[in-house]
Amino acid sequence: MSVLVFVEGLNGEIKKSSLEAASYGSQVAQQLSTTATAVAIGDVKQDALTRLGEQGIEKVLYDGDERLNQFVADAYVKVISKAVEQEDAKVLVFSNSNIGAAIGARLAVRLNGSLATNVTNLPQTDGGNFTVTRGVFSGKAFADVALTADLKIIAIKKNSIEITSGGDTATVENLSADLSDADFAVKAKETVMQDTGGGVLLPEAELVVSGGRGMKGPENWHLIEDLAKELGAATACSKPVSDMDWRPHHEHVGQTGITVSPNLYIAIGISGAIQHLAGVNSSKVIVVINKDPEAPFFKAADYGIVGDAFEVVPKLIEAAKALDK
Amino acid sequence: MKILVCISNVPDTTSKINFTADNKEFDKAGVQYVINPWDEYALTRAIELKEAKGGTVTVLNVGEADTEPNIRKALAIGADDAIRVNAYPKDSFFVAQQIAAVAKENSYDVILMGKESIDFNGSQVHNMVGELLGIPAVVPAFKLDMVDDTTARLEREIEGGKEVVEVNLPFIASAQQPMSEPRIPNMRGIMTARTKPLKVVEPSGADTKVDYVNYSKPEKKGGVKMIDPENAGELIKLLRNEAKVL
Ligand SMILES: Cc1cc2nc3c(=O)[nH]c(=O)nc-3n(C[C@H](O)[C@H](O)[C@H](O)COP(=O)(O)OP(=O)(O)OC[C@H]3O[C@@H](n4cnc5c(N)ncnc54)[C@H](O)[C@@H]3O)c2cc1C
Ligand SMILES: Nc1ncnc2c1ncn2[C@@H]1O[C@H](COP(=O)(O)O)[C@@H](O)[C@H]1O
Repeated sequence: MSVLVFVEGLNGEIKKSSLEAASYGSQVAQQLSTTATAVAIGDVKQDALTRLGEQGIEKVLYDGDERLNQFVADAYVKVISKAVEQEDAKVLVFSNSNIGAAIGARLAVRLNGSLATNVTNLPQTDGGNFTVTRGVFSGKAFADVALTADLKIIAIKKNSIEITSGGDTATVENLSADLSDADFAVKAKETVMQDTGGGVLLPEAELVVSGGRGMKGPENWHLIEDLAKELGAATACSKPVSDMDWRPHHEHVGQTGITVSPNLYIAIGISGAIQHLAGVNSSKVIVVINKDPEAPFFKAADYGIVGDAFEVVPKLIEAAKALDK
Repeated sequence: MKILVCISNVPDTTSKINFTADNKEFDKAGVQYVINPWDEYALTRAIELKEAKGGTVTVLNVGEADTEPNIRKALAIGADDAIRVNAYPKDSFFVAQQIAAVAKENSYDVILMGKESIDFNGSQVHNMVGELLGIPAVVPAFKLDMVDDTTARLEREIEGGKEVVEVNLPFIASAQQPMSEPRIPNMRGIMTARTKPLKVVEPSGADTKVDYVNYSKPEKKGGVKMIDPENAGELIKLLRNEAKVL
């Protein structure tokens, strides 16, 4: 038996969230006295694959079929099933990304496995049990879930596992799943990546600077962007801000937008409605800047400033500039 | 076109989340239940498509009798009929099997769901049903249009961007904002909903794959540290030296 980790690439490199999954997988392998293998698909550079050894991966199975450069669920599921069979994997680890959750669910049915998504901790494996902790109720609680099938499939919540380092280099072996055209029937016609202006992608970000209706209008967003740039952070916003088209929809966080769990979330001119908190409440450190001392967000904050954003934020930008990077 | 919309019954987002004294079960006391917000996007999009192209919208819930007020609400918003599979939704796989069984019997052209249920945050049911039925699931989609009678065009979110996908019927999609503008039922809707058919079926033999053994709540924050706005730059120093996040 072994532990198998699915890693996703982005621009030839391994995504940060997949490095977290790899770190998780090799720690589970240690717990179970076995080894961790990764499976990678499509557009990932060879040296990025060997560097997975840093996270404790011994071997990488790689399917470089060009048709796989784009995500196609059926084809990906076939490749990973093949790897599971070949490695006799009993634990399968993904990042809880849109891709990871989707293929995890398909594989759970196809291979008769137990699936837990949104997992935040290493499993408890004593006494032959296998129990993981997962986030439920939009960050308001956790549940311990026993995975009872032979094959355990786990999707790791982003930014909840430390990336380990210090391992060796991984060996890379080719994998081929004999894909047919039928496996590519549902293929994206067009893929449009967001223009982050060289900045950081929100779902992967460790630091996030977010603006709400208190910013008054899109013409003031340079304050949010400048602070984000100085800190190396991604930018985000509240729902009304994207509804009014001050900012694009993919920046909207919260219950109906995306969920983020960065190390630092700075909320500027956001009241802290419960639907907004649902998307950010598992951030490690929360900073709230609001001119209203009664704003509900302060209750969820670690640091707060009661003040006018238009006076406070320029001071933060100055202080951030003065940091040695 | 026959559309099936799967709705789950979840605690309203503003609910306080509590568990029973032994932390083994969710405490329903005082909790108001709503249609899962993402499922409402799916429902209104389904009704819009029906209004434009004709057809029927059926809503499906796997749940016990206490979910019926929200099933009636979906009928009041504009669904034509409803099916309730009479069972507690034990885990995603159990729910997926019930949905797949109903779908096999009635062969829908489109099955719409929400991006995830806001109680268990699984994001699992759509692809499980897709696998059980052998059809594609486009998740999470924020745009859905019919190209012609056999093909749909969707835009779905991927990390860092979006994809435009065309699929043949039948297919599954999960909805997220801004797929549609959720509607509030009007008086006429509420009146007619009372007489629309709501069929209750018993679950078919299915097993579960996971056991929920225990619940807990996150540790309370240590309280907020306030910084003088005149001296705002101090915050950046604290974030580096004290919180160690910069
Ligand atoms: C079903 C449902 C789903 C929802 N989903 C989401 C979601 O996913 N994400 C989301 O964000 N919201 C969501 N909402 C909306 C949510 O309830 C709030 O309405 C929204 O988050 C408020 O956005 P805001 O804080 O930017 O604006 P407001 O509530 O208007 O708050 C603006 C804040 O800015 C402060 N302010 C004003 N001027 C200044 C200044 N000069 N300097 C500093 N501070 C200033 C004010 O004191 C105020 O606290 C949802 C609502 C519903 C019903
Ligand atoms: N008990 C249920 N009854 C009907 N549909 C459900 C149920 N649970 C989940 N769903 C559907 O599946 C979607 C994804 O749910 P989940 O996988 O639990 O996050 C939801 O948005 C619903 O559309």
